[in-house]
Amino acid sequence: MMRQGNSVTVTGQRPAVEPADGGATGTVRLAGVSKVFGRGSSAVRALDQISLDVPPGEFTCLIGASGCGKSTLLSLVAGLEEPTAGRVSVSGRVALMFQEPALFPWLTAAGNVELALRARGMGRAERRERAAELLETVHLTGFGGKRPHELSGGMRQRVALARALAQDADVLLMDEPFGALDAMTRDLLHDELDRVCAGRQLTIIFVTHNVREAVRLGDRVVVLSSRPGRVIDQFAVPIEHPRRIDSALVAELAGRITDRLREEMSRGTR
Amino acid sequence: MAPGDERTSVPAYAERLAWLEAQEAAPPADRRGRRLLARGWTALWPKVLAIAIVLAVWQLIHASGWKKDIFPGPGATLADLWDQLHTRLLWQAIATTSERAIIGFGLAVVIGAVVGALVSRIAPLRAAVGSLITGLQTLPSIAWFPFAIILFGINTTAILFVIVLGAAPSIANGLIAGVDYTPPLLLRAGKMMGLRRLSLYRYLILPASLPAFVAGLRQGWAFAWRSLMAGELLVVIANQPSLGVLLSTDQDQADMQGATSIIIVILILGIVVHTLFGLADRAIRRRWGLAGTA
Repeated sequence: MMRQGNSVTVTGQRPAVEPADGGATGTVRLAGVSKVFGRGSSAVRALDQISLDVPPGEFTCLIGASGCGKSTLLSLVAGLEEPTAGRVSVSGRVALMFQEPALFPWLTAAGNVELALRARGMGRAERRERAAELLETVHLTGFGGKRPHELSGGMRQRVALARALAQDADVLLMDEPFGALDAMTRDLLHDELDRVCAGRQLTIIFVTHNVREAVRLGDRVVVLSSRPGRVIDQFAVPIEHPRRIDSALVAELAGRITDRLREEMSRGTR
Repeated sequence: MAPGDERTSVPAYAERLAWLEAQEAAPPADRRGRRLLARGWTALWPKVLAIAIVLAVWQLIHASGWKKDIFPGPGATLADLWDQLHTRLLWQAIATTSERAIIGFGLAVVIGAVVGALVSRIAPLRAAVGSLITGLQTLPSIAWFPFAIILFGINTTAILFVIVLGAAPSIANGLIAGVDYTPPLLLRAGKMMGLRRLSLYRYLILPASLPAFVAGLRQGWAFAWRSLMAGELLVVIANQPSLGVLLSTDQDQADMQGATSIIIVILILGIVVHTLFGLADRAIRRRWGLAGTA
């Protein structure tokens, strides 16, 4: 497999893109985006001149060592933070999943999903029906009445996925969502995510530091450098679905990406 | 693409999922009934022991002959209490005092919650009133009685006024603390869902504040109960028997057994209400999964 050239600009030398409503629903565009925290001598440049185009329906994985500003990038796309420079444009609704499920402990699993539906202004009867459907989607039929603490880590994260889907988003941002789970559970959730995505036109930006996970899931893997976060390389993943995390093809590409990451890290320490 | 990449078939997937679930979620066994009994006993025996120790020490002091003429033993006191429990007067007094407690505490809850909600939401108000509330909380509410009596006269209103001033700051502070310590991650999740302003407050911040609010209620109750007792001793209203009035009558008549009996009644009432708050607190903790692995 060769590394594929694609339409994505690697550095930030391009003019600002047109506003979000110019792109099709589900498009995410970052143009020359920088983010600096703090001021003066204590200022930390978290992201530096990031340009990235994610077309509708693409599954993009962002990978990099810790401190590469992956989570900051998601916060910018989610609109929770403003970029210091450059432009972020997103067309469509955005949902965000965290490493922790962030479920509301006072609500049941179904209640958590229903609250997301309520926030969209859905009526009670419809809400109940839709929540049951969504829980079925993530294989949690019969667990709707359970409270988060009564569920296992994997089940909680599946409720969080159902809740994210309930937001009827066009863009789903996932911040190391399976990072806290054991390998077996994570493997299952990969299958789950594949299934869920198959039936929808959903743009996903998935942050992880697990290279194999990125190759297992993504259509494209974007490699970021650390401090400041910069796009240093991109790899298309031309492996057909369904994929297995332990397959030779996944391992081979993951190996190449890991080499690239190592190269970058050794440059940083020199 | 590669021969090794065959699709996980749906039945196989479901099977693995079921297996994993069985490993992960060990369901609570059907030991619930027995556990409840065991827990009841675990909660009960220290209390029984405490009462036994108090009675034993009391009896020892009495037997030592210290202030023999005026200091009654537990036997005589409990007999007096038993007699008083058969009079209308004590029950009337309990009714009056309970009524004041309920009305006063109820007002304090309403006022404390409204003030707490406003202060936690409105930044300038918070700067102005926030430290004032904490200041009020440390002010012994008994200091308000001269003020209240001059303002309202010797009547129930004066007592209720002081109860509210004693309890409302704790209740307001409980709510403010709850709002402040709403986990930022949950706030982010709520905002991403599209909860804004009022709906964010109603569906996220308020429920998230519940444990701290209940803690505030509990503390507020303790202050209310103290203020009430102080009030009933200071603001003696004619023809309206209350526990405080009975206490001060016993004092006037140097009726040590009577006074001690009333103290026991007050103590028991306080413990009962405190226990109710404890139950509410525990119910919330269990619901939220915050309870220890009991």
